[in-house]
Amino acid sequence: MNAHDSKIHGMDLSSGRNDGIAQGDELLKVENVTLRFGGVTAIEDISFNILKGEVRAIIGPNGAGKTSMLNVINGFYHPQEGSITFRGEKRSRMRPYEAAASGIARTFQNVALFTGMSTLDNIMSGRSLKMKQNFLTQMFYFGPARNEEIEHRRRVEEIIDFLEIAHIRRQPVGKLPYGLQKRVELGRALALEPDLLLLDEPMAGMNLEEKEDMSRFIIDVNRQFGTTIALIEHDMGVVMDLADRVVVLDYGKKIADGEPAEVQSSQEVIDAYLGVPH
Amino acid sequence: MLHDIFINPFVDMASAPDFFVQLIWEGFVAGTLYALIALGFVLIYKASGVFNFAQGIMVVFAALTMVGLHALGIPAWIALFLTLGVMAILAIGIERVVLRPLVGQHDAILLMATIGLTLFLKGVGETVFGGEPKSMITEELGLPTGVTDFDILGGLVSLQHLDIAAVVIASLMVIALAIFFSKTRIGRALRAVADDHNAALSVGISLNQIWAIVWFAAGVVALVTGIMWGARSDVSFALEIIAFKALAVLILGGFTSIPGAIVGGLIIGIGEKLAEVYWGGLVGGGVEAWFAYVLALIFLLFRPQGLFGEKIIERV
Repeated sequence: MNAHDSKIHGMDLSSGRNDGIAQGDELLKVENVTLRFGGVTAIEDISFNILKGEVRAIIGPNGAGKTSMLNVINGFYHPQEGSITFRGEKRSRMRPYEAAASGIARTFQNVALFTGMSTLDNIMSGRSLKMKQNFLTQMFYFGPARNEEIEHRRRVEEIIDFLEIAHIRRQPVGKLPYGLQKRVELGRALALEPDLLLLDEPMAGMNLEEKEDMSRFIIDVNRQFGTTIALIEHDMGVVMDLADRVVVLDYGKKIADGEPAEVQSSQEVIDAYLGVPH
Repeated sequence: MLHDIFINPFVDMASAPDFFVQLIWEGFVAGTLYALIALGFVLIYKASGVFNFAQGIMVVFAALTMVGLHALGIPAWIALFLTLGVMAILAIGIERVVLRPLVGQHDAILLMATIGLTLFLKGVGETVFGGEPKSMITEELGLPTGVTDFDILGGLVSLQHLDIAAVVIASLMVIALAIFFSKTRIGRALRAVADDHNAALSVGISLNQIWAIVWFAAGVVALVTGIMWGARSDVSFALEIIAFKALAVLILGGFTSIPGAIVGGLIIGIGEKLAEVYWGGLVGGGVEAWFAYVLALIFLLFRPQGLFGEKIIERV
Protein backbone atom coordinates (compact mmCIF):
# COMPACT_ATOMS: atom_id res chain seq x y z
CA MET A 1 0.00 0.00 0.00
CA ASN A 2 2.98 2.26 -0.39
CA ALA A 3 2.40 5.26 -2.57
CA HIS A 4 5.69 4.88 -4.40
CA ASP A 5 4.73 1.41 -5.55
CA SER A 6 2.08 2.92 -7.76
CA LYS A 7 4.58 3.61 -10.53
CA ILE A 8 5.23 -0.03 -11.37
CA HIS A 9 5.02 -0.68 -15.15
CA GLY A 10 5.51 3.06 -15.55
CA MET A 11 1.80 3.48 -15.09
CA ASP A 12 -0.16 5.25 -12.44
CA LEU A 13 -3.84 4.60 -12.15
CA SER A 14 -4.31 6.23 -8.79
CA SER A 15 -6.73 9.07 -9.16
CA GLY A 16 -4.10 11.67 -8.39
CA ARG A 17 -6.67 13.80 -6.63
CA ASN A 18 -5.02 15.75 -3.89
CA ASP A 19 -7.80 16.14 -1.40
CA GLY A 20 -5.88 15.94 1.85
CA ILE A 21 -7.12 12.46 2.69
CA ALA A 22 -4.13 10.44 3.82
CA GLN A 23 -3.79 6.66 3.84
CA GLY A 24 -5.87 5.27 6.65
CA ASP A 25 -8.16 8.33 6.90
CA GLU A 26 -11.87 7.98 6.41
CA LEU A 27 -12.67 8.01 2.67
CA LEU A 28 -16.35 7.09 2.84
CA LYS A 29 -18.77 7.21 5.72
CA VAL A 30 -22.22 5.64 5.64
CA GLU A 31 -24.44 7.02 8.39
CA ASN A 32 -27.76 5.57 9.51
CA VAL A 33 -28.81 4.63 6.00
CA THR A 34 -32.28 3.16 5.58
CA LEU A 35 -33.59 2.06 2.19
CA ARG A 36 -37.14 0.87 1.58
CA PHE A 37 -38.92 -0.43 -1.49
CA GLY A 38 -42.57 0.16 -0.74
CA GLY A 39 -43.18 -1.87 2.40
CA VAL A 40 -39.96 -3.86 2.19
CA THR A 41 -36.98 -2.58 4.10
CA ALA A 42 -33.84 -3.57 2.20
CA ILE A 43 -31.39 -1.76 4.46
CA GLU A 44 -32.12 -0.64 7.99
CA ASP A 45 -30.14 1.97 9.84
CA ILE A 46 -26.70 0.90 8.67
CA SER A 47 -23.53 2.83 9.51
CA PHE A 48 -19.95 1.95 8.65
CA ASN A 49 -16.93 3.56 7.10
CA ILE A 50 -14.25 2.78 4.54
CA LEU A 51 -10.69 3.94 5.11
CA LYS A 52 -8.46 5.14 2.34
CA GLY A 53 -6.25 2.38 0.99
CA GLU A 54 -8.03 -0.55 2.61
CA VAL A 55 -9.90 -3.51 1.17
CA ARG A 56 -13.28 -3.57 2.81
CA ALA A 57 -15.51 -6.60 2.38
CA ILE A 58 -19.28 -6.58 2.70
CA ILE A 59 -20.59 -10.06 3.35
CA GLY A 60 -23.84 -11.68 4.38
CA PRO A 61 -26.36 -14.34 3.31
CA ASN A 62 -28.49 -13.92 0.19
CA GLY A 63 -30.92 -11.05 0.44
CA ALA A 64 -28.97 -9.38 3.23
CA GLY A 65 -28.88 -6.07 1.35
CA LYS A 66 -25.26 -6.13 0.17
CA THR A 67 -25.90 -5.15 -3.43
CA SER A 68 -28.47 -2.58 -2.30
CA MET A 69 -25.75 -1.07 -0.15
CA LEU A 70 -23.41 -0.74 -3.13
CA ASN A 71 -26.24 0.72 -5.18
CA VAL A 72 -26.77 3.34 -2.51
CA ILE A 73 -23.08 4.22 -2.47
CA ASN A 74 -22.86 4.75 -6.21
CA GLY A 75 -26.18 6.53 -6.49
CA PHE A 76 -28.44 3.98 -8.19
CA TYR A 77 -30.68 3.95 -5.13
CA HIS A 78 -31.56 6.90 -2.98
CA PRO A 79 -31.97 6.02 0.68
CA GLN A 80 -35.01 7.36 2.56
CA GLU A 81 -32.91 8.14 5.60
CA GLY A 82 -29.27 8.68 6.38
CA SER A 83 -26.38 10.10 4.46
CA ILE A 84 -23.18 9.20 2.65
CA THR A 85 -20.01 11.22 3.10
CA PHE A 86 -17.44 10.69 0.38
CA ARG A 87 -14.12 12.54 0.46
CA GLY A 88 -15.53 14.90 3.04
CA GLU A 89 -18.61 15.76 1.03
CA LYS A 90 -21.87 14.78 2.65
CA ARG A 91 -24.93 13.98 0.57
CA SER A 92 -28.17 12.13 0.90
CA ARG A 93 -28.85 11.76 -2.80
CA MET A 94 -26.33 11.43 -5.52
CA ARG A 95 -26.84 10.57 -9.15
CA PRO A 96 -24.78 7.69 -10.59
CA TYR A 97 -22.85 9.84 -12.98
CA GLU A 98 -22.01 12.29 -10.21
CA ALA A 99 -20.71 9.37 -8.18
CA ALA A 100 -18.56 8.34 -11.14
CA ALA A 101 -17.33 11.90 -11.59
CA SER A 102 -16.36 12.19 -7.94
CA GLY A 103 -14.28 9.00 -8.13
CA ILE A 104 -16.45 5.95 -7.48
CA ALA A 105 -16.29 3.13 -10.01
CA ARG A 106 -17.97 -0.24 -9.83
CA THR A 107 -18.54 -3.64 -11.36
CA PHE A 108 -21.78 -5.60 -11.34
CA GLN A 109 -22.89 -8.93 -9.95
CA ASN A 110 -24.11 -10.12 -13.35
CA VAL A 111 -21.50 -8.71 -15.65
CA ALA A 112 -22.86 -5.53 -17.23
CA LEU A 113 -20.65 -4.94 -20.24
CA PHE A 114 -21.48 -3.27 -23.52
CA THR A 115 -21.80 -6.58 -25.31
CA GLY A 116 -21.75 -5.23 -28.85
CA MET A 117 -18.41 -3.50 -28.37
CA SER A 118 -14.86 -4.79 -28.33
CA THR A 119 -12.79 -5.13 -25.17
CA LEU A 120 -10.93 -2.00 -26.15
CA ASP A 121 -14.09 0.08 -26.64
CA ASN A 122 -15.57 -1.17 -23.40
CA ILE A 123 -12.55 -0.01 -21.46
CA MET A 124 -12.36 3.20 -23.48
CA SER A 125 -15.93 3.96 -22.42
CA GLY A 126 -14.58 4.12 -18.88
CA ARG A 127 -12.57 7.15 -19.98
CA SER A 128 -15.72 9.09 -20.93
CA LEU A 129 -15.44 11.46 -18.01
CA LYS A 130 -11.78 12.14 -18.60
CA MET A 131 -12.31 13.26 -22.17
CA LYS A 132 -12.97 16.91 -22.58
CA GLN A 133 -13.53 17.49 -26.29
CA ASN A 134 -17.00 18.73 -27.05
CA PHE A 135 -19.77 17.53 -29.28
CA LEU A 136 -18.80 19.57 -32.33
CA THR A 137 -15.12 18.63 -32.56
CA GLN A 138 -16.14 15.04 -31.83
CA MET A 139 -18.68 15.23 -34.62
CA PHE A 140 -15.97 15.99 -37.13
CA TYR A 141 -13.28 13.93 -35.38
CA PHE A 142 -10.33 16.15 -36.18
CA GLY A 143 -7.41 17.87 -34.49
CA PRO A 144 -7.74 18.01 -30.72
CA ALA A 145 -10.49 15.38 -30.59
CA ARG A 146 -8.24 12.94 -32.38
CA ASN A 147 -5.17 13.65 -30.24
CA GLU A 148 -7.21 13.26 -27.11
CA GLU A 149 -8.50 9.93 -28.37
CA ILE A 150 -4.94 8.72 -28.91
CA GLU A 151 -3.77 9.85 -25.45
CA HIS A 152 -6.59 7.97 -23.74
CA ARG A 153 -6.03 4.98 -25.92
CA ARG A 154 -2.51 4.75 -24.45
CA ARG A 155 -3.83 4.64 -20.89
CA VAL A 156 -6.32 1.98 -21.90
CA GLU A 157 -3.59 -0.15 -23.45
CA GLU A 158 -1.76 0.02 -20.12
CA ILE A 159 -4.81 -1.31 -18.33
CA ILE A 160 -5.16 -4.05 -20.92
CA ASP A 161 -1.54 -5.10 -20.34
CA PHE A 162 -2.00 -4.99 -16.60
CA LEU A 163 -5.03 -7.29 -16.74
CA GLU A 164 -3.36 -9.56 -19.29
CA ILE A 165 -6.17 -9.31 -21.80
CA ALA A 166 -4.18 -8.05 -24.79
CA HIS A 167 -5.13 -11.13 -26.81
CA ILE A 168 -8.84 -10.29 -26.70
CA ARG A 169 -8.41 -6.58 -27.33
CA ARG A 170 -10.44 -6.55 -30.55
CA GLN A 171 -13.02 -9.20 -29.74
CA PRO A 172 -16.63 -8.30 -29.03
CA VAL A 173 -17.05 -8.96 -25.31
CA GLY A 174 -20.41 -10.70 -25.68
CA LYS A 175 -18.62 -13.80 -26.99
CA LEU A 176 -15.93 -13.99 -24.31
CA PRO A 177 -15.97 -16.58 -21.53
CA TYR A 178 -17.41 -15.36 -18.27
CA GLY A 179 -14.13 -15.11 -16.40
CA LEU A 180 -12.65 -12.84 -19.04
CA GLN A 181 -15.79 -10.73 -19.14
CA LYS A 182 -15.38 -10.07 -15.44
CA ARG A 183 -11.82 -9.02 -16.09
CA VAL A 184 -12.85 -6.62 -18.86
CA GLU A 185 -15.44 -5.17 -16.52
CA LEU A 186 -12.73 -4.59 -13.91
CA GLY A 187 -10.67 -2.90 -16.63
CA ARG A 188 -13.51 -0.57 -17.47
CA ALA A 189 -13.86 0.42 -13.82
CA LEU A 190 -10.08 0.95 -13.55
CA ALA A 191 -10.18 3.24 -16.59
CA LEU A 192 -12.06 5.74 -14.42
CA GLU A 193 -8.99 5.94 -12.17
CA PRO A 194 -11.28 5.73 -9.16
CA ASP A 195 -10.62 6.60 -5.53
CA LEU A 196 -13.09 3.96 -4.48
CA LEU A 197 -13.69 0.78 -6.43
CA LEU A 198 -16.87 -1.17 -5.69
CA LEU A 199 -16.78 -4.82 -6.72
CA ASP A 200 -20.02 -6.76 -6.61
CA GLU A 201 -19.08 -10.44 -6.34
CA PRO A 202 -16.00 -10.23 -8.55
CA MET A 203 -15.49 -13.99 -8.37
CA ALA A 204 -19.02 -15.30 -8.66
CA GLY A 205 -19.29 -18.19 -11.08
CA MET A 206 -15.54 -18.54 -11.57
CA ASN A 207 -13.42 -21.66 -11.37
CA LEU A 208 -10.52 -21.89 -8.96
CA GLU A 209 -7.89 -20.71 -11.42
CA GLU A 210 -9.96 -17.70 -12.48
CA LYS A 211 -10.56 -16.85 -8.83
CA GLU A 212 -6.85 -16.90 -8.12
CA ASP A 213 -6.19 -14.60 -11.09
CA MET A 214 -8.90 -12.20 -9.99
CA SER A 215 -7.63 -12.17 -6.39
CA ARG A 216 -4.18 -11.33 -7.67
CA PHE A 217 -5.54 -8.42 -9.75
CA ILE A 218 -7.53 -7.07 -6.82
CA ILE A 219 -4.49 -7.17 -4.56
CA ASP A 220 -2.33 -5.53 -7.26
CA VAL A 221 -4.84 -2.76 -7.84
CA ASN A 222 -4.96 -2.09 -4.13
CA ARG A 223 -1.21 -2.27 -3.51
CA GLN A 224 0.14 -0.72 -6.67
CA PHE A 225 -2.34 2.04 -7.27
CA GLY A 226 -3.44 2.56 -3.71
CA THR A 227 -7.06 2.23 -4.79
CA THR A 228 -9.52 1.73 -1.98
CA ILE A 229 -11.73 -1.29 -2.62
CA ALA A 230 -15.11 -2.33 -1.26
CA LEU A 231 -16.13 -5.80 -2.34
CA ILE A 232 -19.02 -8.14 -1.89
CA GLU A 233 -18.03 -11.79 -1.89
CA HIS A 234 -19.51 -15.12 -0.94
CA ASP A 235 -16.34 -17.16 -0.89
CA MET A 236 -15.24 -16.84 2.72
CA GLY A 237 -11.72 -18.01 1.93
CA VAL A 238 -11.31 -15.16 -0.52
CA VAL A 239 -12.73 -12.62 1.92
CA MET A 240 -10.41 -13.72 4.72
CA ASP A 241 -7.41 -13.48 2.41
CA LEU A 242 -8.19 -10.17 0.74
CA ALA A 243 -10.04 -8.02 3.21
CA ASP A 244 -8.54 -5.72 5.80
CA ARG A 245 -11.91 -5.26 7.47
CA VAL A 246 -15.30 -6.88 7.04
CA VAL A 247 -18.84 -5.65 7.60
CA VAL A 248 -21.52 -8.33 7.90
CA LEU A 249 -25.14 -7.72 6.95
CA ASP A 250 -28.15 -9.92 7.63
CA TYR A 251 -31.74 -9.07 6.70
CA GLY A 252 -30.71 -5.49 6.00
CA LYS A 253 -29.08 -4.96 9.39
CA LYS A 254 -25.45 -4.77 10.34
CA ILE A 255 -24.57 -7.65 12.65
CA ALA A 256 -20.79 -7.40 12.80
CA ASP A 257 -17.94 -5.13 11.77
CA GLY A 258 -14.23 -5.68 12.22
CA GLU A 259 -11.17 -7.59 11.14
CA PRO A 260 -11.77 -10.92 9.38
CA ALA A 261 -10.73 -13.11 12.28
CA GLU A 262 -12.83 -11.11 14.72
CA VAL A 263 -15.91 -11.31 12.51
CA GLN A 264 -15.44 -14.98 11.81
CA SER A 265 -15.62 -15.86 15.47
CA SER A 266 -18.71 -13.75 16.17
CA GLN A 267 -21.60 -15.95 17.29
CA GLU A 268 -24.15 -13.77 15.50
CA VAL A 269 -22.34 -14.17 12.18
CA ILE A 270 -22.11 -17.94 12.59
CA ASP A 271 -25.84 -18.04 13.35
CA ALA A 272 -26.68 -15.92 10.33
CA TYR A 273 -24.73 -18.18 8.00
CA LEU A 274 -25.63 -21.55 9.48
CA GLY A 275 -29.07 -20.72 10.82
CA VAL A 276 -30.21 -21.13 14.41
CA PRO A 277 -33.09 -23.18 15.70
CA HIS A 278 -35.87 -20.85 16.83
CA MET B 1 -51.82 -16.62 -65.60
CA LEU B 2 -48.59 -18.25 -64.38
CA HIS B 3 -47.06 -17.11 -67.62
CA ASP B 4 -48.01 -13.53 -66.76
CA ILE B 5 -46.42 -13.80 -63.33
CA PHE B 6 -43.22 -15.70 -64.00
CA ILE B 7 -42.32 -15.14 -67.62
CA ASN B 8 -43.78 -12.01 -69.19
CA PRO B 9 -42.37 -9.46 -66.73
CA PHE B 10 -38.84 -10.71 -67.30
CA VAL B 11 -39.32 -10.69 -71.04
CA ASP B 12 -40.42 -7.06 -70.71
CA MET B 13 -37.37 -6.23 -68.63
CA ALA B 14 -35.03 -7.78 -71.17
CA SER B 15 -36.69 -6.18 -74.16
CA ALA B 16 -36.34 -2.62 -72.83
CA PRO B 17 -33.19 -2.60 -70.70
CA ASP B 18 -32.88 1.20 -70.73
CA PHE B 19 -36.31 1.52 -69.14
CA PHE B 20 -35.42 -1.17 -66.63
CA VAL B 21 -32.26 0.71 -65.61
CA GLN B 22 -34.25 3.92 -65.33
CA LEU B 23 -36.70 2.22 -62.98
CA ILE B 24 -33.93 0.78 -60.83
CA TRP B 25 -32.40 4.23 -60.51
CA GLU B 26 -35.68 5.82 -59.48
CA GLY B 27 -36.32 3.05 -57.00
CA PHE B 28 -32.80 3.50 -55.69
CA VAL B 29 -33.33 7.22 -55.07
CA ALA B 30 -36.67 6.67 -53.33
CA GLY B 31 -35.08 3.85 -51.34
CA THR B 32 -32.27 6.12 -50.19
CA LEU B 33 -34.77 8.56 -48.79
CA TYR B 34 -36.79 5.80 -47.09
CA ALA B 35 -33.52 4.64 -45.60
CA LEU B 36 -32.82 8.13 -44.25
CA ILE B 37 -36.13 8.27 -42.43
CA ALA B 38 -35.58 4.78 -41.08
CA LEU B 39 -32.14 5.87 -39.91
CA GLY B 40 -33.75 8.53 -37.75
CA PHE B 41 -35.85 5.84 -36.08
CA VAL B 42 -32.89 3.50 -35.62
CA LEU B 43 -30.73 6.17 -33.95
CA ILE B 44 -33.27 6.86 -31.26
CA TYR B 45 -34.30 3.25 -30.83
CA LYS B 46 -30.72 2.08 -30.39
CA ALA B 47 -29.83 4.66 -27.79
CA SER B 48 -32.97 4.80 -25.73
CA GLY B 49 -35.15 1.86 -26.67
CA VAL B 50 -37.86 4.35 -27.57
CA PHE B 51 -39.77 3.78 -30.75
CA ASN B 52 -40.09 7.37 -31.90
CA PHE B 53 -43.40 7.63 -33.66
CA ALA B 54 -42.74 11.34 -34.18
CA GLN B 55 -39.85 10.85 -36.63
CA GLY B 56 -42.16 11.36 -39.63
CA ILE B 57 -43.61 14.58 -38.33
CA MET B 58 -40.12 15.76 -37.40
CA VAL B 59 -39.25 15.53 -41.10
CA VAL B 60 -42.23 17.72 -41.97
CA PHE B 61 -41.62 20.08 -39.09
CA ALA B 62 -37.95 20.61 -39.99
CA ALA B 63 -38.71 21.25 -43.65
CA LEU B 64 -41.59 23.61 -42.80
CA THR B 65 -39.43 25.54 -40.35
CA MET B 66 -36.77 26.08 -42.95
CA VAL B 67 -39.17 27.11 -45.70
CA GLY B 68 -41.08 29.30 -43.23
CA LEU B 69 -37.91 31.08 -42.07
CA HIS B 70 -36.89 31.70 -45.67
CA ALA B 71 -40.35 33.14 -46.39
CA LEU B 72 -39.63 35.73 -43.70
CA GLY B 73 -36.81 37.01 -45.86
CA ILE B 74 -33.95 35.13 -44.21
CA PRO B 75 -31.33 33.86 -46.70
CA ALA B 76 -31.54 30.14 -47.39
CA TRP B 77 -28.26 29.10 -45.79
CA ILE B 78 -28.92 31.07 -42.63
CA ALA B 79 -32.41 29.57 -42.53
CA LEU B 80 -30.77 26.15 -42.72
CA PHE B 81 -28.57 26.84 -39.72
CA LEU B 82 -31.40 28.42 -37.76
CA THR B 83 -33.45 25.31 -38.44
CA LEU B 84 -30.62 23.19 -37.05
CA GLY B 85 -30.82 25.38 -33.95
CA VAL B 86 -34.56 24.82 -33.72
CA MET B 87 -34.02 21.05 -33.97
CA ALA B 88 -31.42 21.26 -31.19
CA ILE B 89 -33.83 23.14 -28.93
CA LEU B 90 -36.54 20.65 -29.81
CA ALA B 91 -34.22 17.76 -28.88
CA ILE B 92 -33.33 19.26 -25.52
CA GLY B 93 -36.98 20.10 -24.88
CA ILE B 94 -38.13 16.57 -25.68
CA GLU B 95 -35.50 15.12 -23.36
CA ARG B 96 -36.50 17.43 -20.48
CA VAL B 97 -40.26 17.41 -20.85
CA VAL B 98 -41.09 14.03 -22.37
CA LEU B 99 -38.32 11.51 -21.70
CA ARG B 100 -36.85 12.48 -18.34
CA PRO B 101 -40.10 12.17 -16.36
CA LEU B 102 -40.76 8.80 -18.00
CA VAL B 103 -37.39 7.14 -17.33
CA GLY B 104 -37.84 3.50 -16.43
CA GLN B 105 -41.43 3.36 -17.63
CA HIS B 106 -42.71 0.60 -19.88
CA ASP B 107 -41.81 0.85 -23.59
CA ALA B 108 -45.47 1.15 -24.53
CA ILE B 109 -45.79 4.26 -22.40
CA LEU B 110 -42.83 5.86 -24.12
CA LEU B 111 -44.33 4.98 -27.49
CA MET B 112 -47.58 6.65 -26.46
CA ALA B 113 -45.61 9.70 -25.40
CA THR B 114 -44.06 9.97 -28.85
CA ILE B 115 -47.52 9.65 -30.43
CA GLY B 116 -48.52 12.58 -28.24
CA LEU B 117 -45.44 14.40 -29.45
CA THR B 118 -46.50 13.73 -33.04
CA LEU B 119 -49.87 15.36 -32.48
CA PHE B 120 -48.25 18.26 -30.67
CA LEU B 121 -45.74 18.97 -33.45
CA LYS B 122 -48.47 18.66 -36.05
CA GLY B 123 -50.61 21.16 -34.19
CA VAL B 124 -47.77 23.61 -33.71
CA GLY B 125 -46.68 23.22 -37.33
CA GLU B 126 -50.16 23.87 -38.69
CA THR B 127 -50.68 26.85 -36.38
CA VAL B 128 -47.40 28.52 -37.19
CA PHE B 129 -46.89 27.65 -40.85
CA GLY B 130 -50.45 26.89 -42.03
CA GLY B 131 -51.67 23.66 -43.55
CA GLU B 132 -51.21 24.35 -47.27
CA PRO B 133 -48.31 22.75 -49.18
CA LYS B 134 -45.22 24.86 -49.81
CA SER B 135 -42.45 24.43 -52.29
CA MET B 136 -38.96 23.68 -51.11
CA ILE B 137 -36.34 26.39 -51.63
CA THR B 138 -34.29 24.06 -53.82
CA GLU B 139 -32.41 26.59 -55.91
CA GLU B 140 -31.75 28.98 -53.04
CA LEU B 141 -29.96 26.18 -51.23
CA GLY B 142 -27.78 25.64 -54.27
CA LEU B 143 -29.14 22.17 -55.04
CA PRO B 144 -28.77 21.27 -58.72
CA THR B 145 -31.90 21.02 -60.86
CA GLY B 146 -30.95 19.88 -64.35
CA VAL B 147 -31.17 16.50 -66.05
CA THR B 148 -28.44 14.43 -67.64
CA ASP B 149 -29.37 11.87 -70.29
CA PHE B 150 -27.28 8.82 -70.91
CA ASP B 151 -27.56 7.22 -74.29
CA ILE B 152 -27.09 3.60 -73.28
CA LEU B 153 -28.65 0.20 -73.81
CA GLY B 154 -30.41 1.37 -76.94
CA GLY B 155 -32.35 4.11 -75.25
CA LEU B 156 -32.14 7.09 -72.93
CA VAL B 157 -31.62 6.86 -69.20
CA SER B 158 -32.13 10.25 -67.62
CA LEU B 159 -30.83 11.15 -64.19
CA GLN B 160 -32.22 14.17 -62.36
CA HIS B 161 -29.36 16.13 -60.84
CA LEU B 162 -31.43 16.60 -57.72
CA ASP B 163 -31.69 12.83 -57.35
CA ILE B 164 -27.95 12.45 -57.72
CA ALA B 165 -27.45 15.12 -55.07
CA ALA B 166 -29.89 13.33 -52.77
CA VAL B 167 -28.01 10.06 -53.07
CA VAL B 168 -24.63 11.74 -52.55
CA ILE B 169 -25.78 13.74 -49.52
CA ALA B 170 -27.48 10.73 -47.97
CA SER B 171 -24.37 8.61 -48.45
CA LEU B 172 -22.12 11.27 -46.93
CA MET B 173 -24.42 11.55 -43.96
CA VAL B 174 -24.47 7.81 -43.37
CA ILE B 175 -20.66 7.67 -43.56
CA ALA B 176 -20.34 10.62 -41.18
CA LEU B 177 -22.72 8.96 -38.70
CA ALA B 178 -20.85 5.68 -38.96
CA ILE B 179 -17.53 7.37 -38.14
CA PHE B 180 -19.11 9.37 -35.34
CA PHE B 181 -20.59 6.22 -33.81
CA SER B 182 -17.46 4.11 -34.01
CA LYS B 183 -14.60 6.52 -33.38
CA THR B 184 -15.60 9.16 -30.88
CA ARG B 185 -16.26 9.31 -27.18
CA ILE B 186 -19.84 10.41 -27.70
CA GLY B 187 -20.41 7.70 -30.27
CA ARG B 188 -19.07 5.14 -27.83
CA ALA B 189 -21.24 6.57 -25.09
CA LEU B 190 -24.27 6.27 -27.38
CA ARG B 191 -23.55 2.62 -27.99
CA ALA B 192 -22.87 2.10 -24.32
CA VAL B 193 -26.25 3.55 -23.39
CA ALA B 194 -27.88 1.38 -26.04
CA ASP B 195 -26.29 -1.73 -24.55
CA ASP B 196 -26.75 -1.26 -20.82
CA HIS B 197 -28.19 1.77 -19.03
CA ASN B 198 -26.83 0.97 -15.58
CA ALA B 199 -23.35 0.12 -16.76
CA ALA B 200 -23.30 3.35 -18.78
CA LEU B 201 -24.30 5.33 -15.71
CA SER B 202 -21.62 3.63 -13.63
CA VAL B 203 -18.85 4.89 -15.90
CA GLY B 204 -20.18 8.40 -15.64
CA ILE B 205 -22.16 8.73 -18.86
CA SER B 206 -25.05 11.13 -18.46
CA LEU B 207 -28.18 9.61 -19.97
CA ASN B 208 -29.81 13.02 -20.27
CA GLN B 209 -27.00 14.43 -22.34
CA ILE B 210 -26.84 11.38 -24.58
CA TRP B 211 -30.57 11.38 -25.22
CA ALA B 212 -30.55 15.05 -26.16
CA ILE B 213 -27.69 14.39 -28.59
CA VAL B 214 -29.45 11.41 -30.14
CA TRP B 215 -32.66 13.33 -30.64
CA PHE B 216 -30.70 16.15 -32.17
CA ALA B 217 -28.94 13.73 -34.53
CA ALA B 218 -32.36 12.34 -35.48
CA GLY B 219 -33.52 15.93 -36.00
CA VAL B 220 -30.63 16.60 -38.39
CA VAL B 221 -31.45 13.43 -40.31
CA ALA B 222 -35.08 14.60 -40.39
CA LEU B 223 -34.08 18.00 -41.78
CA VAL B 224 -31.98 16.50 -44.59
CA THR B 225 -34.76 14.06 -45.43
CA GLY B 226 -37.28 16.89 -45.39
CA ILE B 227 -35.23 18.98 -47.79
CA MET B 228 -34.76 16.10 -50.21
CA TRP B 229 -38.35 14.87 -50.20
CA GLY B 230 -39.60 18.44 -50.24
CA ALA B 231 -37.54 19.17 -53.33
CA ARG B 232 -39.02 16.16 -55.13
CA SER B 233 -42.62 16.93 -54.27
CA ASP B 234 -43.83 19.67 -51.96
CA VAL B 235 -43.43 20.37 -48.29
CA SER B 236 -46.72 19.37 -46.73
CA PHE B 237 -48.09 17.22 -43.96
CA ALA B 238 -48.63 14.48 -46.55
CA LEU B 239 -44.89 13.80 -46.22
CA GLU B 240 -45.72 12.18 -42.94
CA ILE B 241 -47.23 9.25 -44.85
CA ILE B 242 -43.80 8.43 -46.23
CA ALA B 243 -42.64 7.91 -42.68
CA PHE B 244 -45.02 4.96 -42.45
CA LYS B 245 -43.13 3.31 -45.28
CA ALA B 246 -40.06 3.71 -43.13
CA LEU B 247 -41.78 1.42 -40.61
CA ALA B 248 -41.80 -1.30 -43.24
CA VAL B 249 -38.13 -0.56 -43.89
CA LEU B 250 -37.42 -1.03 -40.20
CA ILE B 251 -39.18 -4.36 -40.10
CA LEU B 252 -37.10 -5.52 -43.05
CA GLY B 253 -33.82 -4.19 -41.78
CA GLY B 254 -34.17 -4.72 -38.06
CA PHE B 255 -34.82 -1.95 -35.56
CA THR B 256 -31.27 -1.72 -34.28
CA SER B 257 -29.23 -1.90 -37.43
CA ILE B 258 -28.00 1.06 -39.47
CA PRO B 259 -26.89 -1.14 -42.39
CA GLY B 260 -30.30 -2.79 -42.08
CA ALA B 261 -32.06 0.54 -42.51
CA ILE B 262 -30.09 1.22 -45.67
CA VAL B 263 -30.53 -2.19 -47.26
CA GLY B 264 -34.19 -2.31 -46.22
CA GLY B 265 -34.80 1.12 -47.73
CA LEU B 266 -33.23 0.13 -51.03
CA ILE B 267 -35.09 -3.19 -51.24
CA ILE B 268 -38.41 -1.45 -50.70
CA GLY B 269 -37.62 1.52 -52.95
CA ILE B 270 -36.53 -0.63 -55.90
CA GLY B 271 -38.96 -3.46 -55.18
CA GLU B 272 -42.06 -1.30 -55.21
CA LYS B 273 -41.09 0.38 -58.48
CA LEU B 274 -40.49 -2.91 -60.27
CA ALA B 275 -43.58 -4.52 -58.78
CA GLU B 276 -45.71 -1.58 -59.90
CA VAL B 277 -44.50 -1.54 -63.47
CA TYR B 278 -44.06 -5.22 -64.27
CA TRP B 279 -46.62 -6.92 -62.07
CA GLY B 280 -49.03 -4.06 -61.37
CA GLY B 281 -51.18 -4.84 -64.40
CA LEU B 282 -52.16 -8.19 -62.93
CA VAL B 283 -53.92 -6.65 -59.96
CA GLY B 284 -55.05 -3.43 -61.56
CA GLY B 285 -52.11 -1.25 -60.45
CA GLY B 286 -51.56 0.64 -57.23
CA VAL B 287 -48.93 -1.84 -56.07
CA GLU B 288 -46.53 0.92 -55.05
CA ALA B 289 -48.89 1.98 -52.28
CA TRP B 290 -49.00 -1.36 -50.48
CA PHE B 291 -45.93 -3.30 -51.62
CA ALA B 292 -43.83 -2.19 -48.63
CA TYR B 293 -46.43 -3.24 -46.09
CA VAL B 294 -47.08 -6.67 -47.58
CA LEU B 295 -43.34 -7.31 -47.66
CA ALA B 296 -43.13 -6.22 -44.03
CA LEU B 297 -45.98 -8.58 -43.16
CA ILE B 298 -44.16 -11.50 -44.75
CA PHE B 299 -41.04 -10.62 -42.79
CA LEU B 300 -43.01 -10.42 -39.55
CA LEU B 301 -44.24 -13.93 -40.18
CA PHE B 302 -40.94 -15.54 -41.10
CA ARG B 303 -38.11 -13.37 -39.81
CA PRO B 304 -39.42 -10.97 -37.19
CA GLN B 305 -35.97 -9.69 -36.19
CA GLY B 306 -35.41 -8.43 -39.74
CA LEU B 307 -32.46 -9.00 -42.03
CA PHE B 308 -29.85 -7.50 -39.73
CA GLY B 309 -31.64 -7.32 -36.40
CA GLU B 310 -30.29 -8.93 -33.29
CA LYS B 311 -31.80 -12.29 -32.54
CA ILE B 312 -33.48 -11.98 -29.22
CA ILE B 313 -31.88 -14.51 -26.93
CA GLU B 314 -32.36 -14.12 -23.22
CA ARG B 315 -29.94 -15.90 -20.96
CA VAL B 316 -31.80 -17.54 -18.12
